[in-house]
This record gives sequence, C-alpha cells and structure tokens, in this order.
Amino acid sequence: MAVLVIAEHDNASLKDATAKTVTAAAKVGGDIDVLVAGKGASAAAESAGKIDGVRAVIHVDHDLLEYQMPEAMEATVVALMDGYDAVLSPDGKTHQAYMPRVAARLDTQQISSVTGIEGDTFERPIYAGNAVAYVKSGDPKKVVTVRTTAFAPAGEGGSASVKSESADIGDTGSAFVSEELSKSDRPELTGAKIVVSGGRGMGSGENFSLLEGIADKLGAAMGASRAAVDAGYVPNDWQVGQTGKAVAPELYLAVGISGAIQHLAGMKDSKVIAAINKDEEAPIFSVADYGLVADLFKALPELEAELAKVGY
Amino acid sequence: MKVLVPVKRVLDYNVKARVKPDQSGVDLSNVKMSMNPFDEIAVEEAVRMQEKSVATETIAVSIGPAKAQETIRTALAMGVDRGVHVTTDEDLEPLAVAKILKAVAEAEGAELILMGKQAIDNDYGATGGMLSAMLGWPIGQYANTIETKEGALTVKREIDGGLQTVELRLPAVVTTDLRLNEPRYASLPNIMKAKRKPIEAKTPADYGVDTAPRLTVVKVTEPKTREAGVKVEDAAALVDKLKNEAGVI
Repeated sequence: MAVLVIAEHDNASLKDATAKTVTAAAKVGGDIDVLVAGKGASAAAESAGKIDGVRAVIHVDHDLLEYQMPEAMEATVVALMDGYDAVLSPDGKTHQAYMPRVAARLDTQQISSVTGIEGDTFERPIYAGNAVAYVKSGDPKKVVTVRTTAFAPAGEGGSASVKSESADIGDTGSAFVSEELSKSDRPELTGAKIVVSGGRGMGSGENFSLLEGIADKLGAAMGASRAAVDAGYVPNDWQVGQTGKAVAPELYLAVGISGAIQHLAGMKDSKVIAAINKDEEAPIFSVADYGLVADLFKALPELEAELAKVGY
Repeated sequence: MKVLVPVKRVLDYNVKARVKPDQSGVDLSNVKMSMNPFDEIAVEEAVRMQEKSVATETIAVSIGPAKAQETIRTALAMGVDRGVHVTTDEDLEPLAVAKILKAVAEAEGAELILMGKQAIDNDYGATGGMLSAMLGWPIGQYANTIETKEGALTVKREIDGGLQTVELRLPAVVTTDLRLNEPRYASLPNIMKAKRKPIEAKTPADYGVDTAPRLTVVKVTEPKTREAGVKVEDAAALVDKLKNEAGVI
C-alpha cells in the first residue's frame, strides 16, 4: 500500500496544509510520498522531505505547472498513479480544481473534503455541515481531498530524499493570463491561530478598518461572511463558509455577522468563538462561547483600547 | 455556440437539512426543493450569452426523479430553449452524473458546458471537473467573469489568494462561482411560455452508463453541536474572558 500526497506550495515555499494532509495519509496507511509539482519549487520539495513519515518526495518541474492549472496537474498526477493506491490533496481551490479530473481519469468516485479517517471509513460534512456522512470506497484507487483544518500537521524531523521526475504534459487547451492576488502581511486565513471576520453589519468596506486594527494587534487573519463579500466590502478570498474557506482557529471573532447556516459551516469547528452583534437573537450567538450584544461601531474601538491595556 | 447547462434539484438553501432517525441519509420528504443556487447562476449566464447572440441554443439537462422536471421548467422560464430530463430515482454520484452528461454533451454537440461549481446537498464539487476530463476539454473552475471570443473564452476565476484570469480554447467546461451574476426572476409570461418548451425524456440506460455507486454510505449523522456560551457586558469583559478564561489571546 502506498499513498501519494500532493503538496500545497506557491513555488517559493511549502504550506502547512501539506503536513496536515500527510497526517490524513498516515490514517489511510502505507508508505507516503509527497508530490511537489511546480516551477522552481525545489526549496518547497526540500521542506516536504523534512515532514515526519514521508518516504520520498517527487519533484516535478515544468513551465505549465507554475500555476498548477487543472489540465497540467491532471496529466502529472495520473502519470504517477500506477505506483499508488490512493492520492490525497488539501481541499483548497487549487486542488479542488484538478482532483476531480484525476478521479475521472482513474474512473474513481472522489471523496471530497474529508474531516476524519477511521480504518477504511471516511467522514465528510454534507449539506453545509448540517449532516455528516461516513462512507467507504469500493474503488481500487482512492482520490481524496482533505479538509486540512480537521488534521494536525505532521511533525518535522524526516529526511526523505527528493527525486526529480519529468512530466509529459501535452496540449492543455488552457493558458494562464494574469493574476490579482490580495496583498497582505497578515497570516493566511486557513492556517491562522486567530481570525477576525466581519459581515454585512460592517456597513461598508471602509468600516473594515475598524476590524483591521484589531486583527493587526492580535496578529490575526481577516475573514468575512458571504454577505460582506457579495456587497463588495472585501475581496472574495476572504469568504468563510460552505462555498468559501473552512477555518478552525484557536479564536474566531465574528463581528456584524448574523450566522447563516452557510457561514457556520466554515467556522463552527473553531476552538473558541466570540461574537459581537447588535441583534441578540442573531444565530451566531447560538454557537458563540462569548457573545457581546452591542453596536459594533461603539464596541470595536473599545475592544481595541482594551486590548492595548493588556499589552497588545 | 450551443450551450449545455446541467441543473440539479436540491433541498432549498434556506431549509436546514435534517438527518433521518435511522441515519440512512437526509430527510427530503415534504421539504421545499429548488434549483441548486450555483446552477441558477449558470442558467443566467447561458441566457445572457443567448441575449448577446453568443449562444445559438441553450439546453438545460437534469438527472433525477420525475420532479426534476420542475427544475428544468425553472431554467426554461429563465430563458433556456429546451430541456433534457434523464430520469432516475437513484441518488447518483458525481462520477455517474459526469458520464451521463458527457453522453448528453456529445449527442447535442455542445461547445460550452456551464454548470455550478458544487451542489449544495452532497458538497462534492466534483462533477464539472470530472466531466471536463472525460471530454478531454479544458476547464475554468469558479468563474467570476466570462468573456467570449472567437473559438475561446477568457475566464476570471476565484482562487484561494484572489483572482486569476485564464484563456480556454473551446469546447470547454466552466463552473460558476457566486459573483458571476445575479440570476433573474422568471416573469409570469415567461413561466407560461416555458410550459410549452420541449423537454426530452431519457434514462441513464439510453446512454449506456453504469450508474452503480462506488461509495457505500455507512451512516449519516447530525454534526456535533456547539453549546451557546455566555453573554458578556462589554469589550473589557470580552477581553478578560478571552485572556484569562479561554487563554486564546
């Protein structure tokens, strides 16, 4: 039995989601190899070799893998699958875009966004997390995407070798044109210890500066509800929820967020949830450990001042 | 350009899913069902392409029970030309759905398939990707903007770190994200008109597709519930709790 884990990286460095996916792979069982597919990503490949429990790192370097486009990733992963019984990736959008293509080529039903693995049974949320399905796969090769917030990262201390392999990527029919990445010095949303999120109650994009001051004091990532993103207050990649990102930080601070089912799906596994909302009936309070019923425009400056008093 | 739009009948997004007492699945009896919201966005985009004369014909296809016909009628009322209803009472997995859709796309000679990025019931997010690979077509996942040109599409996609623009050669599959458009409400005259639009009846067997499930559902349970905590008086009390009780700051 051997399992292939697909690394998450930005060519420059390896992301934490990789070590978390290795933990999930260990629950599947067997030898674990990590695929680093990119362009000029050798530093990321070196880092992947240091993850505990990794047998080998396969480094595939190709111009068409720079942006990990679905067609190129499909060709790269499928070519390696003769040697593996399962392939696991994190469930970020980059991977969700190509993993179904890998599954189709292997004639396998993909198991998406798993939150637990017990023997041969996979646990995954369905209906925006309002139900949890436990499924077994009868497919000879398994294709699995992993909700990384549900798994602790594997430790460091491994010394797996990195072997370079070439990829035969034909005409993909798609071409990268450009990218507009949100620039931020804050931690990444899905890996942050603290997330400060705003909703429609923020009233405007400018008002998010009230939250940003607090996020910067706490070293937190910024998030938002779908309503705030749809209203154009903040960029789409801040969205937390069923169709956005799933987060599970130590502390999730929800401000001006009512707590729609779709939003709760993306944050209810947070260790501690604190909510500020002026409507005491807001559903967010039914999942919050600490609730403050207050006008956020008054509460946020006070909160920032109180944080300063305790050394932030 | 012929545009195919797969649409799925799902539990309405405002209705909270309830697990059956025998843990065999989610209870769908006597609850409001609607078109999957992402598919609605796909229908809207297809109709707009038709209004701009980019699409020459639009076809909605649904795979599901008899009542999935209502979902096709909704698409027709929004402006889609005609429907294909592949009837099955089984809850098909994305792999089987993609195989049927591939056969429909080939039979219809579709050049573009516009579809939701995921269905909000099973949350697999897999059908579009699978379909594109089976057809050997490129895919634009999570579209935020679509521009058409001769033989190609420019798709701005929502990615983890922001937005990415790609160019796809046609034929292609594009999956829709939330910000692509705001679907219209069908007007009463259009709802009436939709009743006269044709819907072709098919079965998975017509396309020779084996729909046997690959996954066995062991059980479906309620999620772990979270207890509501305490209300605090003011910001000072909140900071105190977070620091001294929860220890998270």
